[in-house]
Amino acid sequence: MFIKCILALFLFASLGQTAEKLKIGLVLDKGGKEDKSFNSAAYQGASLAEKELGIELKYVEATDVNSIENLHRQFAKKKFDLVIGIGFAQQDAVKKVAVQNPDTKFVIVDGEVSASNVRSLMFEEHQGSFLVGYLAAMKSKTKKVGYIGGMDIPLIRRFAVGFEAGVKHFDKSFTILENYIGITADSWNNPAKAKELALNQYQQGADIIFVAAGASNSGVFDAAEEKKKLVIGVDSNQNWMKPGFILTSMLKRVDQGVYATIKDLKEGKFTSGTVRYGLKDKGIDYAMDKYNEKLVTAADVKKLDAIKADIISGKIVVPDFYLMKKK
Amino acid sequence: MGEIDIFSLSFILSVLRVSTPLIFAAQAGLLSEKSGVVQIGLEGFMLAGAFSGAVFAHLTHSSYLGFLMAFVCGACASFLFSLLVVRLKTDAIVAGTGFNFLMVGLIPFLTKFIFNSTGSTPPIPIELRLSYEVTVFAFAVVLGIYFLISKTRWGYWIQFAGEYPDGLTACGVSVDKVRWVSVFLCGGLAALGGASLSLFLSSAYSPLMTGGRGFIALSALILGKWKPLPTLMGCLVFGVFDALQIRLQGVPINGFTIPVQWIQILPYVLTIVLLAGFFGRSQAPAYLGKR
Repeated sequence: MFIKCILALFLFASLGQTAEKLKIGLVLDKGGKEDKSFNSAAYQGASLAEKELGIELKYVEATDVNSIENLHRQFAKKKFDLVIGIGFAQQDAVKKVAVQNPDTKFVIVDGEVSASNVRSLMFEEHQGSFLVGYLAAMKSKTKKVGYIGGMDIPLIRRFAVGFEAGVKHFDKSFTILENYIGITADSWNNPAKAKELALNQYQQGADIIFVAAGASNSGVFDAAEEKKKLVIGVDSNQNWMKPGFILTSMLKRVDQGVYATIKDLKEGKFTSGTVRYGLKDKGIDYAMDKYNEKLVTAADVKKLDAIKADIISGKIVVPDFYLMKKK
Repeated sequence: MGEIDIFSLSFILSVLRVSTPLIFAAQAGLLSEKSGVVQIGLEGFMLAGAFSGAVFAHLTHSSYLGFLMAFVCGACASFLFSLLVVRLKTDAIVAGTGFNFLMVGLIPFLTKFIFNSTGSTPPIPIELRLSYEVTVFAFAVVLGIYFLISKTRWGYWIQFAGEYPDGLTACGVSVDKVRWVSVFLCGGLAALGGASLSLFLSSAYSPLMTGGRGFIALSALILGKWKPLPTLMGCLVFGVFDALQIRLQGVPINGFTIPVQWIQILPYVLTIVLLAGFFGRSQAPAYLGKR
């Protein structure tokens, strides 16, 4: 009897070992795994899941827009359980491939696809932008702040509109300079151009710039360092990249969203539809750490947290470019 | 929004900054094309230079060494190009396109090896970064090439290789040798253009950071009718429009704001308009691209 028990246990254990790991495919945007921003966050979330949930992770970087659909198709063909598409540019590809591969689950970040096997992760970027806009206004001495976006597209406008509203909420007399880097996908990888735009904004009197431009961000950080001005990073916590010059970073916790989705799948709780992350669930936030604690005082944090609470409770309504468009 | 300050020092400096990589690349293209080798691989050479410059500056803690090594690496990369085009007589357009793609793919492969990252190289600290000495050097290069092309025997050989290679052969000078050397210098110079991007205009190599500047340089070269000084002017014209573009964004004119996209396409529209013959006939070397 005892031996039987042991045998049974043994069998059980070995069964557990041979049980197939979940296979997760991650399709990153053109910025690539190491953009220290949007894609880095996605990769961190997925690799954390790999470490903690024991899944099998494969990632690819889409070098151009035309390759995206193929990459998704490849993952689906190899019977991956979940394919994660990062970035608005992948929306159409996911829409198409998901319908053709009903057995595979898909996730799209920053885009919405309605299909029974697709979960869309949306982030309330305008709320976070409002918050850092308010902080920028508090900290500005020149009453002039700047915004630099990668490309003039709705997603990036959403940051701009939120930021502007935040600044104006603090003081209506502020001037906001607004620039965009380019018109092609190169915009996310053009630090030299970004730096040029930033130098121009600083020269025009802006003393704090909020930048949302993927891997181009580093150019703006360089400009801030050179001119001894301040800059606000985006997506990942970028405070460490130029300590003393980065006021804060607007966090878009793509890592959290990706991790949570993989976890849901593992626990059999995967649902389709749109999941929205905002200030409420810390999917959107601002970064405080040892690198910027000298720039943002405890009193500032207190004020910011009050604003944050007001946004969450609905007392402050942040204009959303997505909704403005539909009007 | 502030008024546009075209005659201020900051605008002129901005023009000089954005023109610097173009000046190197356009003069590089000039050397190659003067000798009869069509050069659309400038983008690839620039990427190689941007990358090797950043890597060596990071490793040696000296941007000057990085800048020098960019020249060496670009020049070495040119051997491959010359082997294909000069020695094996491949179509230069095909080889150039392939060369660009090769660089796009090869660099992430190398960064993975060196830094275990497929993205950008580690940043160069601010005190090491290059400054306007790069621009000064770029102008010196233009003068040097002007002198080389029009005053030296080598320069005449280069011109003959592009205009009338048979004449050169008749004088007992190897056309291929002249082209090898021209492309060698071209690779090095274009790489300096790339290195000025990663060491002067920003602080690290990031993937595809040239953003089409190699092709803009090529059109500056055509605009300058394959002559060193007019080519320099061509680069500065593009520089002016790029800097202007940055300042015009979102500036209202009589209460009407021009959409950003319209302003951003300015440099490209300019390329087409100018190349469409505004500046008269552009005279390419007679044997350009012929074998």
